[in-house]
Amino acid sequence: MKNNEKIIPMPLRYLINIVLFVVFLLVMNNLIVSGTIPKYYAGVISFIGVNIILAVSLNIATGYLGQLPLGHAGFMAIGAYTSALIMKAASGSATIFPFALIAGGLIAALFGLIIGIPALRLKGDYLAILTLGFGEIIRVILLNIDNVLGFTLTNGAAGLQKIPKTTNFLITFIMVGITCYVIHTMMKSRHGRAILSIRENEIASESCGINTTYYKTLGFVVSAFFAGIAGGLYAGNIGILSPSAFNFMKSIEILVMVVLGGMGSMFGSVLSATVLTALPEALRRFEDYRMVVYSLVLVIVMIFKPSGLMGTYDFSLNGLLDKLILKFRGNHTEKGAMPQEKKGEAAVRKKEGKLK
Amino acid sequence: MSLVISQLINGLQSGSIYALVALGYSMVYGIIMLLNFAHGDIIMVGAYVAWLAMVHLALSPILAIILAIIACTLLGVIIEKVAYTPLRSSPRLSLLITAIGISFLLENLAQLIFKADAKRVPPLITGPSINIAGQYVDFTAIITIVVSVISMILLTFLVRKTKMGKAMRAVSEDMVTAQLMGINLNSTISFTFAVGSALAGIGSILYCCTYPQASPTMGSMLGLKAFVAAVLGGIGSLPGAMIGGFCIGLAEAFVSAVGLSVWKDGVVFAILIIVLIFKPTGILGKVINEKV
Repeated sequence: MKNNEKIIPMPLRYLINIVLFVVFLLVMNNLIVSGTIPKYYAGVISFIGVNIILAVSLNIATGYLGQLPLGHAGFMAIGAYTSALIMKAASGSATIFPFALIAGGLIAALFGLIIGIPALRLKGDYLAILTLGFGEIIRVILLNIDNVLGFTLTNGAAGLQKIPKTTNFLITFIMVGITCYVIHTMMKSRHGRAILSIRENEIASESCGINTTYYKTLGFVVSAFFAGIAGGLYAGNIGILSPSAFNFMKSIEILVMVVLGGMGSMFGSVLSATVLTALPEALRRFEDYRMVVYSLVLVIVMIFKPSGLMGTYDFSLNGLLDKLILKFRGNHTEKGAMPQEKKGEAAVRKKEGKLK
Repeated sequence: MSLVISQLINGLQSGSIYALVALGYSMVYGIIMLLNFAHGDIIMVGAYVAWLAMVHLALSPILAIILAIIACTLLGVIIEKVAYTPLRSSPRLSLLITAIGISFLLENLAQLIFKADAKRVPPLITGPSINIAGQYVDFTAIITIVVSVISMILLTFLVRKTKMGKAMRAVSEDMVTAQLMGINLNSTISFTFAVGSALAGIGSILYCCTYPQASPTMGSMLGLKAFVAAVLGGIGSLPGAMIGGFCIGLAEAFVSAVGLSVWKDGVVFAILIIVLIFKPTGILGKVINEKV
């Protein structure tokens, strides 16, 4: 029997995670502020954060919802341009930045809603193409809108220049934390299970009374929202935006991260976003081969392990601790004399005893 | 008036190329329900083969054309054997991602080998302009339209009248039952890919006659638009792909004619979105019900 008992109670689990995350933030931030990590690498680390948000947010639509949107770069572009324009108007004030990010996310989510409602009536391939077309339209609009409106907004192909560089390590990774937390809790809730059921079988889940259109749209909008936030962080990190940065290639890059890590595994997305952002930096000499390798990896992973390297496995620190504690107790007190299912009960009894 | 006619010819010319490429998409989708994203990049390979044959091997245009079409056909079959056959029973999503991967692999390999700058392909087909109703029409435009129409007629004949065509239709109707009736699934699917890729090869030659250059990303936009054409006509339907191709070509020509050529790509994708929202099965597509 599989032991599903949670040895560590729920609030404590959150506390452990939060404490570890805060410690990680503070340590890294100190290293960066004190200059132990050079400025260039600090930029790369922020970039890793942006890509983690992108991959985790695309994972909602691809991994959990089982759709294949190919226009994720479009949502990112909307968020990036929105927050860049706000930041330019606010002349780089750091207090405005979080609001600019959220505004970028909201506008992207709005577009997600607009495109999602009609798109999600379609299935599989059609949805993929529709989002692809949408991503391309966003790019064409960003390129040409100035000519139509008659004033300078996006600067066309030249792009937005001199965007205040307000993204730093701290805000990026706080956003990463919030993104992962929100998506994690959403997926563990009733809504998350509804979304997963759509992936497993849409018709069956519909016949179980799940409003599939609503949940598909929800997943899509949340995915677009976080892509928009990632776009805002990207704009603040790089300082220059041009429409060509958000082409189909970019959408595929994000998709590779999700697919490689394992569709439906947040840990996999985080891991592969980190590796795939850091590795090209380390292997600058092989820059030309990067996209060749990406595409080969995509094909090979699909042929030999279609679920991705991590599958749907998700790493849980507390789950690991649980297992360790159980093993430890099992070895010292029961010595395997008790059947497996009794162990959990014994542990609970012991804990209750302690509490008394 | 003459502007209208010349734009009409332009539209028909690019439309017939889209139609040829869209036929490949539609055939493959009809038979294994796969959006073959790599189809557009086969066109790019065809253009590079023609360029290599003409510039580096100094072959005559006719030989270069034949070589390019053969190369495209082989490439299509190889892609099917290597990448799609192992995944035939896996979820559609995996197959789609593989197709995207192959498309990117071809593009990036081309970029690695031939570098990013466009290569000038020498003229493959030359001839005098022809006077139609007081309007001079470029020879290549006539050739493009005529060759595509002939290819489409041949394809329709192949699918409707030959034994292989019957097998293709049977497999696209019901793969399992077709196998029970003694149809060799593997060879039928490979044959479909071969025919589709050969059409892409012809499309690539015709494209090079109009826009005489080869670049690594030339196939992706052409492929995407041809794909839009296939969806517009109703994916899986051959006459639909032809109609869709001509519609997209004409739409583009008229958008350019009214002076909005920068919005050309946007308009094509807007057409796609409108079609998908209001009639996802396209002009001639069939509704397929899914079973649990």
